[in-house]
Amino acid sequence: MAVMAQTPETGTPPNVEITGLNFAYARGGHRLDDVSLTVHRAQVCCLLGPNGTGKTTLLRCLLGLLKPERGQVRVAGRDVSTLSPRELARLVAYVPQTTTTPFPFTTLEIVVMGRTPHLSLVRTPSAADRREALAQLDRLGIAALAERPFSLLSGGERQLALLARALVQQAPVLLLDEPTAALDYGNETRILQTIGGLAREGRSVLMTTHQPAHALAHAHHVALMRGGTVVAQGPPSEVVTGERLSSLYGVGIHVARVTLPGSAGHTVATCLPIPQDDSG
Amino acid sequence: MTGERRERSTDDHRRDRTRRTRHRSAGPPMTEQKARETPVRPTGRRPDGGRARRALRDQRPLLLLIAVTLVLIVVSLGIGRYLVDPITVVQVLTGQVIRLPVTWLPEQQAVILDVRLPRILAALLVGAALSASGSAYQAMFRNPLVSPEILGVAAGSGFGASAAILAGLSTTPLQVLSFAGGLLAAVLAVAIGRVVGRGSLIILVLGGIVVGAMFNALISATQYFANPETTLPEITFWLFGSLARATMSGLVVPAVIVGSCLAALHLVRWPLTVLAAGEDEARTLGVDRRLVWTVVIGASTLMTATVVSIAGIIGWVGLVVPHLARFMVGPAFNRLLPAATVLGGAYVLAVDDIARSVTSLDLPLGILTALIGAPFFVALLAKAGRQWL
Repeated sequence: MAVMAQTPETGTPPNVEITGLNFAYARGGHRLDDVSLTVHRAQVCCLLGPNGTGKTTLLRCLLGLLKPERGQVRVAGRDVSTLSPRELARLVAYVPQTTTTPFPFTTLEIVVMGRTPHLSLVRTPSAADRREALAQLDRLGIAALAERPFSLLSGGERQLALLARALVQQAPVLLLDEPTAALDYGNETRILQTIGGLAREGRSVLMTTHQPAHALAHAHHVALMRGGTVVAQGPPSEVVTGERLSSLYGVGIHVARVTLPGSAGHTVATCLPIPQDDSG
Repeated sequence: MTGERRERSTDDHRRDRTRRTRHRSAGPPMTEQKARETPVRPTGRRPDGGRARRALRDQRPLLLLIAVTLVLIVVSLGIGRYLVDPITVVQVLTGQVIRLPVTWLPEQQAVILDVRLPRILAALLVGAALSASGSAYQAMFRNPLVSPEILGVAAGSGFGASAAILAGLSTTPLQVLSFAGGLLAAVLAVAIGRVVGRGSLIILVLGGIVVGAMFNALISATQYFANPETTLPEITFWLFGSLARATMSGLVVPAVIVGSCLAALHLVRWPLTVLAAGEDEARTLGVDRRLVWTVVIGASTLMTATVVSIAGIIGWVGLVVPHLARFMVGPAFNRLLPAATVLGGAYVLAVDDIARSVTSLDLPLGILTALIGAPFFVALLAKAGRQWL
């Protein structure tokens, strides 16, 4: 069944190429200054940076919600400024931090909306579309929430449902805005593992996060942002260092490598704040 | 995970605590419920019988509404100062389609077909149009408190009609002028939204409020300049709203306009549903919001202006009925549109029955819809309002 296929269709390797992107809000606020970034197929790219450095602004430029002043965004080899909203929605799926609606939509109805870019213009979702939505809810372990009103879900449940909607969209590029912000530890781990799995299936994932440890553990590529520019980017082992994080966030941060007991020497990198006394 | 489990096995006390924490916060939400429900709710393969049942279940409220409306039509044709029993009503109606032995009186037929039927059809048309445009606007503005008057259309149409009465025009030019006034108001509101707000929905709403206030002032001006003996009462009664003026031939053009607008709304039912869930979201899901806005504003404006031009200003229907319909079929516009259309027709018909049969006077419909609608709306707020706030 075509709708059930998890892997995006092969062909040109879907990726994101941002070159020399500049953006400024009319009335000041966050801006982007000469941002260049590439996300390859089957890779997870993490955007790290303090609050207000333009991470979300960058995602909104990629989604066509904001029009950049200069620079180019290419998705799957195509300039996004030349794509219709529908064409773009088939290439790029977006998971916002949260969303609110005054109407009592059920979670399943919200998730089914992910099928919209694939529907012919004057049609409504079919039973197959609903099955696909249920399958993705099931994959994220929240099938039991399908008939519950979306507006009554907890923040974490909403994030999971919005991720399910993005999966239903079946786009080769996935943009996530702090996908784990409202999740408990178990769901955070589950989501990050799901994201890793999506990348292995061939999707490109670009996510913002406030947790450097996520970038260390799950990203193939990391971009550190500050004041609207990318100050460093590359593989996490090179980019996410104690020095860089300390200067980025203005607090002492140490990157530690921990060997998991009983795992045949498997090490994970994580970061820890350096206690105040030692930082001076 | 492996490390966590290993650690726990070393310390009994800590294991207990950790397990409790895990149970509360670390497990996926609703784990137990999911385990219980998974066999009942197959996610991959739903048998086709289930799909058909689901389709029927989805349609049940609408079918019920249609049935109730049909009964109401028959009852409405019978009630009034000259009572006709429902069986005779059905016989008369059937007799128009197939040849039946005439068992009814000529005056019964005249009352049913010539006096009451145009008014009843007008009630259905007015209610359907106002409720459909109210539902569409509420979805488009993602605001359950907007009504078809939001862009000042009703005030514009009211001014067109008042000016026509002041100028001493007859019914048809009055309706044309009223319709044109409604369109002018919407065009002005949209122009303000585009020029000042550059496409912002909030500015569009504010533009509508400004335009509505301006046309209400102009209505007052026509009343001020009207002759207190002749045109002033006429303007005032016209603005109260009434279906007493309805004629069969006068309903043809309005019915065609309203029908076309309902069809246009039907075409955008899914993108409008997605838009109701969030504007940015809809854009990232590929919805062309400007196209949907254009269709909704165009269709709702045409319908509202049409209704006001034939029935005057009938408030609260377009605000209250969408909520009732949403209560019955949910917020998805593809189901909401038919339900609100039918329910709106039935609602205005029922209120108009009260207007023309409770007292020997023909009470103004617009006054009754407000008197009934307002407390009704408060009851709805008490029941469902928490979700909006």
